[in-house]
Amino acid sequence: MRIDVEHVAKLARLGLTDEEKKLFGPQLSAILGYAENLNQLSTGNVLPTSHAIPIKNVLREDKVIPCANVDDIMANAPDEADHMFRVPRIVE
Amino acid sequence: MINKSAHELHSLLSSKRVSSLELTEAVFARIDQVEDKVKAYITLTKEEALRQARAADARLKAGNNITPLTGLPVAVKDNMCTQGVLTTCGSKILNNYLPPYDATIVAGLKSAGAVIIGKANMDEFAMGSSTENSALYPTRNPWDLTTVPGGSSGGSAAAVAADEAVLALGSDTGGSIRQPAAFCGVVGMKPTYGRVSRFGLVAFASSLDQIGPLTKDVTDSAILLGAIAGHDEKDATSVDLPVPDYRKALIDDVKKVKIGLISNLLGDGIAPEVKLAVKAAAEALAKLGAEIVEVELPSFEYAVSTYYLLAPAEASSNLARFDGVKYGHRSGGTKDLLNMYYNTRREGFGPEVKRRIMIGTYALSAGYYDAYYLKALKVRTLIKQDFEKALGKCDVLISPTAPTVAFKVGEKTADPLAMYLSDIATIPVNLAGLPALSLPCGFSGGLPIGLQIIGRAFAEETILRVAFTYEQNTKWHTQKAKL
Repeated sequence: MRIDVEHVAKLARLGLTDEEKKLFGPQLSAILGYAENLNQLSTGNVLPTSHAIPIKNVLREDKVIPCANVDDIMANAPDEADHMFRVPRIVE
Repeated sequence: MINKSAHELHSLLSSKRVSSLELTEAVFARIDQVEDKVKAYITLTKEEALRQARAADARLKAGNNITPLTGLPVAVKDNMCTQGVLTTCGSKILNNYLPPYDATIVAGLKSAGAVIIGKANMDEFAMGSSTENSALYPTRNPWDLTTVPGGSSGGSAAAVAADEAVLALGSDTGGSIRQPAAFCGVVGMKPTYGRVSRFGLVAFASSLDQIGPLTKDVTDSAILLGAIAGHDEKDATSVDLPVPDYRKALIDDVKKVKIGLISNLLGDGIAPEVKLAVKAAAEALAKLGAEIVEVELPSFEYAVSTYYLLAPAEASSNLARFDGVKYGHRSGGTKDLLNMYYNTRREGFGPEVKRRIMIGTYALSAGYYDAYYLKALKVRTLIKQDFEKALGKCDVLISPTAPTVAFKVGEKTADPLAMYLSDIATIPVNLAGLPALSLPCGFSGGLPIGLQIIGRAFAEETILRVAFTYEQNTKWHTQKAKL
């Protein structure tokens, strides 16, 4: 199996170092190759399990509650202005 | 006194023979003495801990609102948010993150009067089985500093084993509490999925993650579980069931308890000395009155594949939030958003985290979703059904916690698949959402061996009863690492 490392990295918005690009090809092939053993199992009528216990949507009243720690939240921002997160320009 | 269990220290504290301040200072003195060798912590919060100790002493003196944790020093894994205290997840991408809130379990520890010593080292984002994937430094096993403490909660396990904390919290996605507990000779429990709130636990694989105790004995495990279990409206997957008094489950009697010995976890790939120790533990439990039967769970052969598709798939989605916008590291000097993402994540994540994001992204990508992700979800059903069948006949199941004792530092870092295969006995439990505990059951070459006890969903009490009986009638837990 050959994996297009650069394509998958792009999907994940993940930059890789040159060394990682070289290393990941064979490593990911080995891991995904090992996982091929799942094909030995017939799962035609088996339902998928995404959670081990039954879970359901939990709803609450849609009401405004005060957020006391806005300053603490914004203090973690790499670039902040007037309680907003600044990012590089998106729209020209 | 720092080598005593939490329940012993609780008696000393409540009878005023020792103060929380004395105890906390003694733990920090121990840290000064051994931490250079063990490296169990990322952050120590001494000043705040001493303040909490004084507050606990005031509470103990007044004699009201005393809980089993009041005044006891606890280590918290560094993926649990602590308000205003650095929470790195062992990653460069969060090397400056000061959470604006406490995780629910951290708030719970504080209100119980526990003393938080610091934040324990871990594999980056809990991805690893040796704590070598910490972006800061690896933790060493207190029993032999040339071996790993296990992972990903290696710092928490090593801190308890080295008496650098009385109790610790870890998190377990595929064995990350139980395997380091086994390697470090302590007791580690992964509760049933939904038993403990995950609010404020930095998510790795949301359908598998669960917080649990690492302790010096089974009694302490029951006490700490009781303190953190329960429903939380802030975690929609936490379950609204009453929390029993787990100490009442500490009964020294296994008569009429039916125990299934998992035969396919005693086959190839399990070290001979580990097999011997687990079989001897089964015989010891039989002598104590339990009925032992052999059970086979054939789907376990596929558990590692299933887990290493599903956990990375969930991780690739969960870790999308680390993009340099809202918190954590941001790569400097990029003029467009896309390159800011690429560069931030290239600089911030270590190789194992990147590997898992890649596997997960691939397994979820167009053309591969059915063959990998959906297939793994279906095999997860088969694993769950195997457990249901075995636990329909038995009260608990037992197996080794890990296929070997602690391996050497550096031994498996070059071969990720070899590292993944060391999780064979613990991974199936997370996939089925069940509770399980690891406790010491022997030694090989001076290194501890762990016995895993698996129970039905929300039947932590049965596990604790079997573990307590075994512990009361053996002496493994009385041995200490010599540092």
